[in-house]
Amino acid sequence: MTIPPTARKKTGKVGPPELLSPRELRGIIQSVLRLAKSTGSAETEVHVDEVADALTRFANNGIHQNVFERVVTVSIRTATGGRTARATTNRLDEDSLRATIEASLSLAHSQPRDPRLLPMPGKQRYRTVKRFFKGTAALTPEDRARAVRLACDLAVKKGQVAAGIFSSGMSQTAVGNSRGLFATYNETHSQFSITMQEDPAASWAKADSADAREIHPQKLAARASEKAHLAVKTQELAPGRYTVILEPAAVLDLVGFLFYDFAATAVDDKRSCLNDRMGKQIFGRNVNLTDDVFHPLQKGAPFDGEGMPRQKVQLVDKGVPKNLVYSRASAMAARKKPTGHGFALPNEYGEAPMNLVFSGGDCSVEKMLASTDRGLLVTRLWYIREVDPYEKVMTGMTRDGLFLVENGRVTGAAKNFRFNQSLIEMLKNVELMSPARRTTAEESFEMVVPAMKVRDFQFSEVTKF
Amino acid sequence: MWDLCTNALDTAELRGASYGDVRVMHLRQRDLTTKNGQVGTLAQSESIGIGVRALANGAWGFASTDRLTREGVAGCAAQAVSIAKASALAKRSNVVMAPEKAYIDSWQSPFRKDPFEIPLETQLALLLAADGEMRKVKGVTLTETNMQFRKIDSWFASSIGSRIHQRKVISGSGIAATSFQGGEIQKRSYPNSFGGQHALEGYELVDSLELVKHAPVVGQEAAVLHTAAPCPERFGTLILAGNQLGLQIHESVGHPIELDRVLGQEANFAGTSFLKLDQLNKLKYASNVVNVVADARLDHGQGLGTFAYDDEGVPAQCTDIIKDGRFRGYLSNRETAHLIGLERSSGTMRTESWNRLPIIRMTNVSLLPGTWDYDDLIADTPDGILMDTNRSWSIDDRRYQFQFSTEIGWEIRGGKKVRMLKNPSYSGITTEFWNSCDAICKFDHWTLWGTPNCGKGQPMQTMGTGHGAAPARFRNVRIGTAFSKQ
Repeated sequence: MTIPPTARKKTGKVGPPELLSPRELRGIIQSVLRLAKSTGSAETEVHVDEVADALTRFANNGIHQNVFERVVTVSIRTATGGRTARATTNRLDEDSLRATIEASLSLAHSQPRDPRLLPMPGKQRYRTVKRFFKGTAALTPEDRARAVRLACDLAVKKGQVAAGIFSSGMSQTAVGNSRGLFATYNETHSQFSITMQEDPAASWAKADSADAREIHPQKLAARASEKAHLAVKTQELAPGRYTVILEPAAVLDLVGFLFYDFAATAVDDKRSCLNDRMGKQIFGRNVNLTDDVFHPLQKGAPFDGEGMPRQKVQLVDKGVPKNLVYSRASAMAARKKPTGHGFALPNEYGEAPMNLVFSGGDCSVEKMLASTDRGLLVTRLWYIREVDPYEKVMTGMTRDGLFLVENGRVTGAAKNFRFNQSLIEMLKNVELMSPARRTTAEESFEMVVPAMKVRDFQFSEVTKF
Repeated sequence: MWDLCTNALDTAELRGASYGDVRVMHLRQRDLTTKNGQVGTLAQSESIGIGVRALANGAWGFASTDRLTREGVAGCAAQAVSIAKASALAKRSNVVMAPEKAYIDSWQSPFRKDPFEIPLETQLALLLAADGEMRKVKGVTLTETNMQFRKIDSWFASSIGSRIHQRKVISGSGIAATSFQGGEIQKRSYPNSFGGQHALEGYELVDSLELVKHAPVVGQEAAVLHTAAPCPERFGTLILAGNQLGLQIHESVGHPIELDRVLGQEANFAGTSFLKLDQLNKLKYASNVVNVVADARLDHGQGLGTFAYDDEGVPAQCTDIIKDGRFRGYLSNRETAHLIGLERSSGTMRTESWNRLPIIRMTNVSLLPGTWDYDDLIADTPDGILMDTNRSWSIDDRRYQFQFSTEIGWEIRGGKKVRMLKNPSYSGITTEFWNSCDAICKFDHWTLWGTPNCGKGQPMQTMGTGHGAAPARFRNVRIGTAFSKQ
């Protein structure tokens, strides 16, 4: 059996869960490598991922869903004779692991030989990052319920209706291979998100952190409550081009769609908006973008799907796209060094930067408002999809608070707009930025982005509310 | 498996649950892709575990584990009850469930060819052949193909005595060609975008698609689109191909009728609905020719929303959603049915996996066939635009205002398709759009399309839904806004 008795005992407990120890993780990987050796796999890579997550969901001023999950997954890639494939299971007994190895080998043998398949990487050195907070891991359903209760009480007091989530949990990942590579990483996570509704309006606030002490549910509830009240009376504005002040969540959900364009494989496939645009001044000179897993506001493992160490990469320098990110395979094809951004193999997408950090500026949202004669303050965006992949035109809706700004202050709320806006054009038109902060929304994964004041943002149609 | 289920239910009851249900699920999946003549993804996965839902002190708790031992399952059930009691600290009211009978049953979705028994070499050879046909076309810069197969076993047990085993086999496949020329990316997909067609079928689905036969046309259209005229910006007559209409139904009918959205339970994430409870049986949702049902029964077809029982143990049903244009029904569950005066759930609780809570989901939300022959519909249209195969889709969080673009369009003049159009798009307000429908093609042109990627819930769950549709015509639709340069 590959799961040590101590680990099995943990899984049967009621109460705060515990993750497998580093020794236990390594034990699973070594067991798989030992089993694989006897099956004819020339090379073997093993991923072990473990999640223990809880989420408390509330609506109509009360908790209506409240969930917990725990799962350990073992994913095995075998490679033999220029062929590779992956099989995954969450059954950790020896027979199941052996069957998974055999399934991986069977898949691998079914395909033509790929002369470009690289041997697996050997042992690597990693910079450590600490993103595990015991207090967050120990949060209980009762802790979350009490915070939710306070937020809902505020809603009742204000004559509003609250809906949202409070989640907390922990996860870890380990990767090892038959050439001696071994890496492990764990983190905790917590999120609070709230929508306050005051018919017919709504507004929203959300925060995310590895450390639950950084999450302040009551402050978020108060902010959403105040903005919902401000949004009750709306006016319908004509579609057109407006100066907008995008709060960080709105910026995140837009620029998040750029992340894949910086993949070397996407450029090679000619599906990136950076085709024929690398090294050119396509954004404003105030736009600087890096991928940096080590940034203090970032999360995530400091290694990629093959276990290669992630590097900090300057993607955009003063508005010029300078660098792409590379997996080992795309780096070999382009005669570059891998940057540690590859997805687990085999895959057709190659790699992507997953830890984007905008440099930001020094202007507060209040100063942006004060500097605006006429414009719109955007709380967040919704249902964003790509209309034109090369001009990077995105469509979507404003949501949960669109406010008219006149003569330096918010003068009222507006009915929500649909936008059709090129991100390339938008990042040419950034006039002011706030300091960048860790931001969470719903369409992109978390990044470090600022609020932005942008001119000539294109709204094409208006909805009914 | 039944012993584990009973163990979980007994533990939940012992810990104070007034109701409990459990789902043991074993999910197996195979994914194959090719890109530019090379194998891309080649992977197989399985996941097995148990999810326990418990009602205690009038509130819900849910816990899941992949440790299928007596101790693991008992611990999971105890945790579900403990969470339910914590929920009760901030409950608004006690959960009330519509009555339902207990069922003991076993069901398997029909299929002719088990996709997991078809040799991998055969599957890859087909994909590589289709990939090769597309790559022969000059101007094609990227070719992609895919197959995905799933086999899902679920064992449902509830404290009212149900014991239901279901096995579902799901297949999906498609091909796509992309062309980058002159600062423009164009793409064509077959038989649908975002992975092709998906259904509750075996490998016979892949056989029926004839991927290699269609591959050259897919490549040619991707390359030729660069030279096509741009779609004009105007108000006019629109004909939607069935694959695009399927997504239109999904977004502007399927989601608004989810009762959890209407009741505000999804307000923080997926959004709410423009529909209000008092609009049932009153709202003129669509024109008189429009009839929509939510039908999970096998009689409706082998769609991604087909099953024998939902994940709350309620038998599959057919519910009128829009009848002769009038709004007639919501998607409900045992907890919400009584709020709209129903004595019974409409059977739409579905879960992605053992570690997710069942939530209200679309089943097969389908536009019933009309009376028109497709050729007659084209011939009857003096001036219009036909749009085919989705490219982008977006709708507001109450499901009023939408915008879609498609991969390809065709200008119709004098009752004939006269030329190809690139970058087609249309937009509108849900009820205005559906009320502008004046013609729907007949059953000969009707397909039960599969949407495999519907996201909803927190934590997010991805679910497959079915949408039967035949080409249909809409009048005075706003066209071309997405690519407007203004």
